[in-house]
Amino acid sequence: MQLFPCPFCGPRDEREFHYGGEAGNLRPDGLDVSPDRWADYLHMRANPKGATKEIWVHTTCGEFFAMERDTVVHTVSGSTTLGEAEPRS
Amino acid sequence: MTRRYSALSLFKEGLSNQSGWEPAWRSPEPKSRYDAIVIGGGGHGLATAYYLAKNHGVTNVALLEKGWIGGGNTGRNTTVVRSNYFYPESAAIYGLAHSLYKGLSADLNYNIMLSQRGVLTLAHSENGLEAAARTLNAIQVNGIDTEMLSLDDVKRLVPIYNYGPDCRYPVFGGTLQKSGGTARHDAVAWGYARAASRLGVDIIQNCEITDFIVEGGRCRGVVTTRGTMRAERTGMAVAGHSSVLAAKAGFRLPVNSYALQACVSEPVKPILDTVVISPDTGVYVSQSDKGEMVIGGALDRIPSYGQRGNLPVLEGVIAGMLDMFPVFGQLKLMRQWAGIVDVVPDSSPIIGESPLPGLFLNCGWGTGGFKAIPAGGTLLAHLLATGKHHDISRPFDLDRYRTGRLIDEAAGSGIAH
Repeated sequence: MQLFPCPFCGPRDEREFHYGGEAGNLRPDGLDVSPDRWADYLHMRANPKGATKEIWVHTTCGEFFAMERDTVVHTVSGSTTLGEAEPRS
Repeated sequence: MTRRYSALSLFKEGLSNQSGWEPAWRSPEPKSRYDAIVIGGGGHGLATAYYLAKNHGVTNVALLEKGWIGGGNTGRNTTVVRSNYFYPESAAIYGLAHSLYKGLSADLNYNIMLSQRGVLTLAHSENGLEAAARTLNAIQVNGIDTEMLSLDDVKRLVPIYNYGPDCRYPVFGGTLQKSGGTARHDAVAWGYARAASRLGVDIIQNCEITDFIVEGGRCRGVVTTRGTMRAERTGMAVAGHSSVLAAKAGFRLPVNSYALQACVSEPVKPILDTVVISPDTGVYVSQSDKGEMVIGGALDRIPSYGQRGNLPVLEGVIAGMLDMFPVFGQLKLMRQWAGIVDVVPDSSPIIGESPLPGLFLNCGWGTGGFKAIPAGGTLLAHLLATGKHHDISRPFDLDRYRTGRLIDEAAGSGIAH
């Protein structure tokens, strides 16, 4: 069992968390978004091997936050509330 | 040298001290130029190389594998073969694979140990039964041999299920594809490798792609840890690592990599002679020819490239399996492992030319790549040889994510991922 750090609740069981997508994948604004740009936002992913920054939701408190971790060895280097500048470990 | 496997050649080799067997495939030094390059020495890559040579006469082919052939997902799956899918496009592609599997041992002269023992999908409620009937109708309209089973039918087929009043997931019925079953996964890789090698394909192991050669906006070959190789057409079948190679080629894919776990018990006497799938517990079980119970389940819920798997999903799979089969409570697990699978939004494969012209894709099979190996190979070989889609692969082009014409088997056939 792995512990993930919720910025609001502290370290908690991984089963309480749900993956929400890659960080920085922002919804395009406006009415004239091209199909390519829209498909890019909806479906295309970097899916990196190694260090990554992702959006997660802690389902018990309901808060979304950003978590930095490694997709190979699964170590977590920190998590931040959305909009916060520096990761907190 | 004994080239063909048969009862007669086995007998003759027995008389001559087994001295005439040759290695199943050659391991030549890489050349600098090929007609086509296939990246990935799993089932799909090896099948692609074989069908390039067999169906299209393209024999100057390099098959490049980072590790050893069949060492990735081809050696990590639960060996189930079936074609009971919801959408006509899926039925066509998995049906092609299934029909090729049936004749594959003879075609390759290599026993892939196909065992058509049936694949049973259980329904655990009235609603589940109705959903199963709806799916079954679509599958039958697609021409796939699948039938509805009553509770009594299931009891006859799988007497060891927990039919007691304490069962958390009681059986209400199910659907059965009688022609489904299992095949020996390693033999599929080795059989394709041997047959491809004999047709002239160079199988090059321990050869990792470090970069693509791009000239004039086209892929013209690859740079590898064993030198540079040029070809006008390159195909990649590297499930689990599709995004990693795509990044080297300068584009992104609609793929997330997840770990899919499986485990096997110690071997026991024959007790389960069909493949049992339970959508509600998220567990599937079959018994291997060696007697081990082969157990698989749902994806880990954490994007991952670590071929190990996390404990919560394994715990859920074992708990579900024990609720279905309390008789397995005494079994010890021998091995547990995970493979990294390409998960795409509509749970259907991606086959077609990539955004980098000259580089062709075979990826996105999610958790169901093994059953599709002969079709994946046939279709990617067709693309590499002709530069054009086969009718069966056209709906699976990458452009469906832009047009919105998804083939959503997650919603259609109720597979969880």
